[in-house]
Amino acid sequence: MNDPYDVIIIGAGVVGCMVARALSRYQLRILLFEKEADIGMGASSANTAIVHAGYDPLPGTLKARMNVAANPMWDNLSGELNFPFERRGDYVVAIGPFELLKLDRLLDQGRRNGVPGMHLITGEEMRHREPNINPAVSGALWAPTGGLCDPFMVTVATAENAVQNGVQVLTSTAFMDFILDDHARIIGVKTTRGDFPCRWAVNAAGLYSDDVMHRAGVRPEFSITPRRGEYMVLDKAEITINNVLFPVPSEVSKGILVTASLHGNPLCGPTANDIPDKDDRATTSEGLEEIRQGALKMIPSLNLRHLIAMFSGLRANGNAPCETPGVEYNHDFIIEIPASPRGLVNLGGIESPGLTASPAIAQRVVELLKDAGEPLREKPGWDPIRPPRPRFCHLSREEQALLIARDPRYARVICRCELVTEGEIVAEINAPIPARTYDAIKRRTWLGTGRCLGGFDMPRVVEILAREQGISPLEVTKKGEGSGFLVRKTKLVEG
Amino acid sequence: MEEETRVICITCPKGCALDVTREGATVLEIRGGGCKRGQEYVKAELADPRRMVATTVRIRGGLHPLLPVYTAAPFPKGRIADLLAELRTLELRVPVKMGEVVLKNALGTGIDILASRTMTRLKEKNGEM
Amino acid sequence: MARKSKYDVVVIGSGPGGLAAAISAKKNGAEDVLIIERDLELGGILQQCIHNGFGLEVLKKDLPGPAYAQLYINEALALGVETLLDTMVLDVSPRRRIYATNKRDGVLDLEAHAIVLAMGCRERTRAQVRLPGTRPAGVYTAGTAQRWVNVEGYMPGKRFVILGSGDIGMIMARRLTFEGAKVERVLEVMPFLTGLMRNYVQCLMDYDIPLQLRHTVKRILGKDRVEAVESVQVDEHWNPIAGTEEIIPCDTLLLSVGLIPENELSRKAGVSLDPITGGPFVNNEFQTSVPGIFSAGNVVHVYDLVDWVTEAGLLAGKSAAAFAQRERESEIRHLPLLPGENVRYVIPHRVDKESLATGDVRLQMRVKQPIEAPVWVEVRSGEKLITRKGEPYVRPGEMVTLVLPSKVYDEVRQARELSLAVVGR
Repeated sequence: MNDPYDVIIIGAGVVGCMVARALSRYQLRILLFEKEADIGMGASSANTAIVHAGYDPLPGTLKARMNVAANPMWDNLSGELNFPFERRGDYVVAIGPFELLKLDRLLDQGRRNGVPGMHLITGEEMRHREPNINPAVSGALWAPTGGLCDPFMVTVATAENAVQNGVQVLTSTAFMDFILDDHARIIGVKTTRGDFPCRWAVNAAGLYSDDVMHRAGVRPEFSITPRRGEYMVLDKAEITINNVLFPVPSEVSKGILVTASLHGNPLCGPTANDIPDKDDRATTSEGLEEIRQGALKMIPSLNLRHLIAMFSGLRANGNAPCETPGVEYNHDFIIEIPASPRGLVNLGGIESPGLTASPAIAQRVVELLKDAGEPLREKPGWDPIRPPRPRFCHLSREEQALLIARDPRYARVICRCELVTEGEIVAEINAPIPARTYDAIKRRTWLGTGRCLGGFDMPRVVEILAREQGISPLEVTKKGEGSGFLVRKTKLVEG
Repeated sequence: MEEETRVICITCPKGCALDVTREGATVLEIRGGGCKRGQEYVKAELADPRRMVATTVRIRGGLHPLLPVYTAAPFPKGRIADLLAELRTLELRVPVKMGEVVLKNALGTGIDILASRTMTRLKEKNGEM
Repeated sequence: MARKSKYDVVVIGSGPGGLAAAISAKKNGAEDVLIIERDLELGGILQQCIHNGFGLEVLKKDLPGPAYAQLYINEALALGVETLLDTMVLDVSPRRRIYATNKRDGVLDLEAHAIVLAMGCRERTRAQVRLPGTRPAGVYTAGTAQRWVNVEGYMPGKRFVILGSGDIGMIMARRLTFEGAKVERVLEVMPFLTGLMRNYVQCLMDYDIPLQLRHTVKRILGKDRVEAVESVQVDEHWNPIAGTEEIIPCDTLLLSVGLIPENELSRKAGVSLDPITGGPFVNNEFQTSVPGIFSAGNVVHVYDLVDWVTEAGLLAGKSAAAFAQRERESEIRHLPLLPGENVRYVIPHRVDKESLATGDVRLQMRVKQPIEAPVWVEVRSGEKLITRKGEPYVRPGEMVTLVLPSKVYDEVRQARELSLAVVGR
């Protein structure tokens, strides 16, 4: 059998990848594995893409602590890992007199959580800052530390940097069970690709973190009820939204927000519906209607004709009680090393603001391991910088010409709406975390996300994926096993 | 015994509906439709329905692995499936010129199968030959 | 390969509209015409529309799409139209500069006296018809499937449901049947057929493919690959009628739900677009709101028949050639005035030669360096002196005025450019 890993991380969402990168700093042999064909396929790639300021979680919760601790880390993180991040700030927008009263409570909550720089602005000021806003706006809470990111590229960049620093990554590998010794200590992990011995296992299984911890006999009462959030994406050519606009939260949810995105297309959502199936990422007509109404309340001029995409993500909504005495809250994060079995780092219920909190969660995992007596020795030559890959559409004409001179594949545009070139696609296929599927290319390059939704690029991308990987176009998939595009050659009719 | 049928003419994009009175195989009257071609179409459609058939055949050495082809004249409708099966067995080599016969007298009907386009060796793409 | 940096007429797109525009521009006096095409070959979408029925109205022939295209390709090439294939135009400026890239030439920066936009149209997508459900493989626009089946030689599925009774949808239903696939159903949300009746007859009726009007897809099922669609009947307001749902097992859903003019580049060029058609506002010459930028075919509005696209292209190409000719003449007529020795600038920058026929032209300039001695202020055409004027001195702070007299008209008419110099006497 293989040499044991020091740490095996179960699940390559943003949390698993952040933990892998944080640990890659130390002299450890690390494996990060993921059941899907690509990393970041769960909530990490289907969320609102916001780095939250931290006024939303209840003071005293782990969510609040992690959120506020992580928020200032993002500038540095984005600099080191070269993913897009903009600290644009965000607004909670009150429409009409009643909602205005609720802003004070949020401001107070934010201050108690330690969120810097928040203040209230008038309706008039808000109309000035976002001309498209509902004229009935009565005021807004401004949080300058809110930010926007591309959450999937955060995940990819983080994982790539972990790989640069020696972490091994396996995709299409699903967790089956833990292997324990006679002293209730984890000594390995059983997966669909075989058994891997290890000294530590990190449960970063997101939506499935309850199942994974139950396998270790931890927190049998903990369970995750997937909470589906549906979104709609609007055409940037038709409407521009410059800001992050939250509605005043109701008792049940943060409500439907309308936000800018770093790719330029306004994003509206999410809904919040508890569903039984952890696989059910369908969108629904009801959900779209709910988003439409919520979005129109914020921006009355929005037009559904400008819809270019719909998607949904599942939040890992858990039921862990907050451990701070006197705080009545039952959906807190779990970040712990349980007493038994030994060898488990248990992360659970990491839903919103999980993306924001992920670098702080990773830091917390490092501290927990140190506290548990793990001698974390720094690795000489650890490199925190993940080099960026060129994005043709972001370059000046002179830079474009230089890039093309170096590699003519950058002169062949495959996706005209988002201006993605063959050079970029090939670079992603050969990246440290190789993009092997259409969706993997799409998430990394943003190809096929424009108004034509890939109608033109799809056959070409399939061809490039086949050529670069030395496989038949028949073997190219959208998102892994079972999701092939093509079924046979045209002329080979059966029977 | 007179019989009433409605036939939609496919000769041109107008798609006129023509009402036909017939007795057995004999057409007694055709009503509706704007032109002579329609009248002829109806008679032919009732006696011996035919369709233009367009499909592809395999080809080697060109820009694409398939060459579009079509029937030089409308083909007996009942034999289209056989024609398609026959064409599936064919494999051509470039160069092929538009209008070139790729299969002569298909299934003994006297109808040739023609190349819909020119396909040259890969380097010369698309040029006139 | 682009052989020049400036063309009389540049046509963007080589579908039927673009080909016709290029041919007609060339025939109507454009000196050089260039077609820029993003695909590997000319012909645009016609190359994948292998069915018959093209050319019935104008050519009075019943041709398959590629044959129809080939006729115009041959004509364009025979006329000497230049082509740039596998080339994407990234930007068009209102001053008619074109920025494009391809693997062979890298970055191309071209100018045109006139441009014809002929980018065609694109298909409406799943999002635009707000089709909820999962996002598995197996949901394609009819055109994407058509490319795979007819050009690249791959079948994108075995059991199909087609949403939309447009021509492409019905034609694909027959095409897929020909290649051994099963088309379970064609669904149409409208109470009537949206494509041509002849296609209903020869594509659906002939092969017993059921068409359901007033029906749509309620949602898509299947996690990795489409497993089924749920269809539903709609009322006159397009609202689903409860209880009419039906699960139709299939592995592929094709969308044939309409076309939208493709005007990304037009926007960049500053062309005003009609929100109803989605295409440029045009005059009777197919000129857009930007002078010298014309548009042809489906980029303007979506046509029913290719014949009409060709006709539109012919007109747009003719108009573009006429515009280019005027531009060219105007360029010849307008002489550039270039600052030469010790001249910082001259106003005007250009002189209309013909204005000299009726009167003098006054030139004003500033020098770079002071010369405190008598000088000549000279106007030359190459080596040839056209006129000059003496000045006792020149200083940058004091503007120098010179008259180009009407009597030099004949000499100036021969000139390609004039230069001004201030030299010691």
